[in-house]
Amino acid sequence: MTPVQPNINVQYGEHITVITFKQQKILDQTEIQALRDSIFSVIEQAGPINMILNFSNVQFLSSSVLGLLIRINKRICEAGGRLALCGITPKIFEIFKITRLTNIFDIYENVEMATRDLTPT
Amino acid sequence: MKRKKNLNRMTSQLPICNTLEISSVPTEIEKICNEIISRLGAAHFSKDDIFAVHLALEEGLINAVKHGNQMNPDKKVKVGYTINTDKIEISIEDEGRGFKPNDVPDPRLGENLYKYDGRGLLLIQSFMDEVEFNQRGNCLNMIRFKDQSGHLADKDSKVQRQKTENI
Repeated sequence: MTPVQPNINVQYGEHITVITFKQQKILDQTEIQALRDSIFSVIEQAGPINMILNFSNVQFLSSSVLGLLIRINKRICEAGGRLALCGITPKIFEIFKITRLTNIFDIYENVEMATRDLTPT
Repeated sequence: MKRKKNLNRMTSQLPICNTLEISSVPTEIEKICNEIISRLGAAHFSKDDIFAVHLALEEGLINAVKHGNQMNPDKKVKVGYTINTDKIEISIEDEGRGFKPNDVPDPRLGENLYKYDGRGLLLIQSFMDEVEFNQRGNCLNMIRFKDQSGHLADKDSKVQRQKTENI
């Protein structure tokens, strides 16, 4: 079986790593697994990491992605870092509100605003 | 004038009914979603309606494949839908033993908030207007009424009402 390449862009900054999802829809279980492996690999290599997950291309996702985000958040927090989400459409934000995951995640309008908050002073 | 004629022709072809069957393999889900979404678009359901139905479909089908049929590729999931001028009705039936929806823990409460799964049913109930299961618990029936107003406010109110009822 051909391994699935995760559809992400990774930008390494001095204090913050920005991962942008390229796909409009994140549904497929195999794709989600590939995303998990790839993002965890970034986390493992970095140690304590401040990470922004940019959803500006994403129009649709399933609840499996929420589970993935919780795993990522847990791993980053355990390593002493912080996770922020940004670029979430109003419809997808409604999913976060309904599930009360707005209580767990720091969600920003865009990468710039997330960067401002995550950058150490 | 031609556009209006086309609209009238599409509306006059309603209701649209179909029944499909898939193997319990996650990759089969996309086919059903694409067919139903495409028909909702042709029937002039709003983007909000299409998003809501798509999400409920994905969650319902994943539950049927993963929990109902235990990812057994020999087991089938039967999907039936009817698109009317004012609503879509969908049924999803798996071959599993069934479950009791009231026994599903609320994923918003306490430690459940940090669990990796368990949110599908909440999302189905939040985004569809009517949701019910058969007695055995292996067949999900759901309805979404067409958004007539074009405003999101009504949907937000509905979501708030459902959240209160689910607590």
